[in-house]
Amino acid sequence: MLPRIAPFNRTGFARTVPELGLLLLAILVLLEGSVLPLGAASTPETNTHGEANRSGAVEGHSNHTKKAFPVLSFNYESVKLPFEISLWVLLAFLMKLGFHLVPRLSGIVPESCLLIVVGLLVGGLIRLAREEVPPVLNSKLFFYCLLPPIILDAGYFLPIRPFMENLGTILMFAVVGTLWNAFFVGGLLFAICLIPQTPVLNIGLLPCLLFGSIISAVDPVAVLAVFEEIHINELLHILVFGESLLNDAVTVVLYHLFEEFALVGSVTVLDGFLGIISFLIVALGGVLFGAIFGFLAAFTSRFTSHIRVIEPLFVFVYSYMAYLAAEMFHLSGIMALIACGAVMRPYVEANISHKSHTTIKYFLKMWSSVSETLIFIFLGVATVEGPHEWNWVFVTATVILCLVSRVIGVVGLTFVINKFRIVKLTTKDQFIIAYGGLRGAIAFSLGFLLDEHHFKMRNIFLTAIITVVFFTVFVQGMTIKPLVELLAVKKKQEAKRSINEEIHTQFLDHLLTGIEDICGHYGHHHWKDKLNRFNKKYVKGFLIVGERSKEPQLIAFYHKMEMKQAIQMVESGGGSKLASAMPSTVSMQNIQPKNQAAPLKPKERALPQLSKGREEEIRKILRTNLQRTRQRLHSYNRHTLVGDPEEEGIKDLILKKQMRIELDRKIKEMANHLTVPARTQDSPTMRRARLASDPQSFTVKPSADGVPVIQVDLASPQSPDSVNLFDETGQPAQNDDQGLMMKTKSSESDKRSEKDDLRDQQKLMRCLSDPGPAAEEDEDEPFLP
Amino acid sequence: MGATQTRPEPQYQDLVEATGFSLEQIKNLHKRFEQLSGNADTISRENLERIPALANNPIKTQIIEAFFDKRNQHGNELGSYEAIGFKEFLMVMSHFRPPTLRTTEEEKEAMREEKVRFLFNMHDTDGDGKITLQEYRRVVEELLSKSGTIGQEAARAIADAAMLEVASTNVPNMGPDDFYEGITFEHFQQILKGLEMESRMHIRFLDASTAHGCCRK
Repeated sequence: MLPRIAPFNRTGFARTVPELGLLLLAILVLLEGSVLPLGAASTPETNTHGEANRSGAVEGHSNHTKKAFPVLSFNYESVKLPFEISLWVLLAFLMKLGFHLVPRLSGIVPESCLLIVVGLLVGGLIRLAREEVPPVLNSKLFFYCLLPPIILDAGYFLPIRPFMENLGTILMFAVVGTLWNAFFVGGLLFAICLIPQTPVLNIGLLPCLLFGSIISAVDPVAVLAVFEEIHINELLHILVFGESLLNDAVTVVLYHLFEEFALVGSVTVLDGFLGIISFLIVALGGVLFGAIFGFLAAFTSRFTSHIRVIEPLFVFVYSYMAYLAAEMFHLSGIMALIACGAVMRPYVEANISHKSHTTIKYFLKMWSSVSETLIFIFLGVATVEGPHEWNWVFVTATVILCLVSRVIGVVGLTFVINKFRIVKLTTKDQFIIAYGGLRGAIAFSLGFLLDEHHFKMRNIFLTAIITVVFFTVFVQGMTIKPLVELLAVKKKQEAKRSINEEIHTQFLDHLLTGIEDICGHYGHHHWKDKLNRFNKKYVKGFLIVGERSKEPQLIAFYHKMEMKQAIQMVESGGGSKLASAMPSTVSMQNIQPKNQAAPLKPKERALPQLSKGREEEIRKILRTNLQRTRQRLHSYNRHTLVGDPEEEGIKDLILKKQMRIELDRKIKEMANHLTVPARTQDSPTMRRARLASDPQSFTVKPSADGVPVIQVDLASPQSPDSVNLFDETGQPAQNDDQGLMMKTKSSESDKRSEKDDLRDQQKLMRCLSDPGPAAEEDEDEPFLP
Repeated sequence: MGATQTRPEPQYQDLVEATGFSLEQIKNLHKRFEQLSGNADTISRENLERIPALANNPIKTQIIEAFFDKRNQHGNELGSYEAIGFKEFLMVMSHFRPPTLRTTEEEKEAMREEKVRFLFNMHDTDGDGKITLQEYRRVVEELLSKSGTIGQEAARAIADAAMLEVASTNVPNMGPDDFYEGITFEHFQQILKGLEMESRMHIRFLDASTAHGCCRK
């Protein structure tokens, strides 16, 4: 899920760049090492003497007036915090860059391992510079700043369909599995502590159970980091990943439960019962909070059509508020985030502009990438810092027990689950699920949160936790990839979703619902269908703006696909690369039946009778997406950022231009096929039709049948995003700021077609040069697909 | 099972072997059959049309038609029945059985082909072995039939685009005058390859005797 930065150039350049990069890294690390102690050293002074300094300086200034005015002065304290943060982030990114410049490394060792090693190095350096390392991974920073972006990224792009289909299994693993792990590990550790031979371990049952609950939870950050690189099939990925997300509720409850009771010293049945109720409240409450904020975000996005630029902000802020609100009530913040992202996504995506969508995607990926990198580095640093108390028995027992309990848990649960699943989990699947149960920074932070005074054995716990984390991340993380290859586990299919697959997925859904109805029992499909209908009838109309609320899923998918094709065409440099998506010579006329309706001439059979209907649709689309107001933009500032109103129009126009060029070229080749000379003013319907059918050879149908033609003019020339398509041609409409409008067809000269088109394309390509993040098909899924 | 059995037990055994259902499942389905047919021996299209939940289904007609299609009976006949008996009902239902842990790879392949063939038969209404553009258009129109006028207009474009995609992937080099007649079964299998039909196209058949609470008339 994290974007990969491709190495720049493999051949000659690669020799020098890694060296440069490594040099840069070394310098930066040294800088960090020297600056941080400086900062840390001045910390005690800053807080207490900051005021004194300043006042002293003022006084000093008035006293020592004879001293020369300092031309250059150094004041670190005032920028200390942001400076250090930026330095860490920079380090993180340079590390990431460095790993990818060394071509072999990222294939063998997962990034998370490398980052921890870097953290260790940096921590070591800092420790060399001074005696102790400033605590960087404090729990507050972790839970409020570093964790939410990762979880939001996961939740927003969560593939809903496989998640829902496997929800029962995931919940079993998350809830029952984590409970099992916690009690097994905690209980057996306590038993070990009771053995008289063990040295000096006097840990009560409840602290042991607390430790068990901390260590038993599979960590989403680590799972994401490792699984992202091994590309296993969707089912396994969603099982392990879903489990890591949903077990947060269990962890929260168990943690607080045992923390409370460890102080008291005993627990009764009533407390256990209350614990169960608490779990339900934590889990469901978290989801509820998330859903509420998600709906709020979706509702807000309905009204943002005039201020497109702040749309991404709504997504982020509402989600973060959901997280904080849930944390406020001690509910599961992670589940709130997931619920918020998953709930708001289908509606928000229907409402926001394409650019906002890209922005959200990019920002989420970027933030989650930073967070993940920082988390692993800090983990390394915190390891060096300590405080450590090494106890061989405890640590090794922990590691072994964790592994054993995970295996037993997975096998046992799968045995039960397979009775209810239709597509059973094989042994290979079980192995991967068990092996993929990685622990990570959440466990460490939870351990860190323990109060030193109440828990004297905190250091032992921390050491053990770190050891387990290191073991899982390094050993399991590094070996899972070869194991996946060895066991020939099914990998993820990289194929893009095609329109045929979409049609048949929908068809299958309805078919299975129908068969269930005929069979007579309320199955999984029945409820899904009911929810879909409810969603379509009530919710969509409320949350989605305009016409899109009534748009069926299939059509939405189709439009999205067309849009993607259009963008692809623009970016691939013009009409000459038209065939890139579908390298074939098949065109519409190959599939049209030969006995077409009589009025069309043989050459024109290529155009299906789409005009009226398509035109209506295009009008609708353009209407909902175009801003009718005039766009006069003299200067480029954030407030008048030209957004998407023209975007759709531009794209449409580009498509038309592309088509026309291609068409003209082909026409020149087949000179005798033309019935009408190439016109610049084709109805968008026909162009759209052509796009829809990806034609190679077409003739132009004269605009007959009174089909009104929509002409879309772009914004006035001052707009930064406008393209001066018509300025050389004496278009009458340009003298006033017409902006976007729809006129009926006017006569144009067709002389300017080719030359202008090429130039315009270049301009347009520059405008729309953002290629967007790597094609992630996850986002294409509509609500409850 | 208070009702008198209309078939003796040995005949159930034949069905078990023919369709792959378990005895329990067959008994449950037989109960449902009797419910639908009003205790008669055969059901007709009207019986199925009367199921209330099906009213919301956009492809209701195709589904009902599939039950009466002779091609789904694992034989080589074409055409359709007027009324079907329990055996035919079961045969159609057997297309929706899921694979078990013990299903081998070859069996899974065979299962997938059978299911894809079922889908193909649903689309290929005239039985000529090809899904023509008209038939495919009809499929998409039916899918969007509950979505109002927007659906109808876009259906055509979508069907055309889809057909084009099939043609492009399967017969990439067609001359400008060649004509792609329709999607054959092999092409159809090709486009659905990514969907893993043997794992997706199934419903849960009840094993134990059902409590009447969860069933509907």
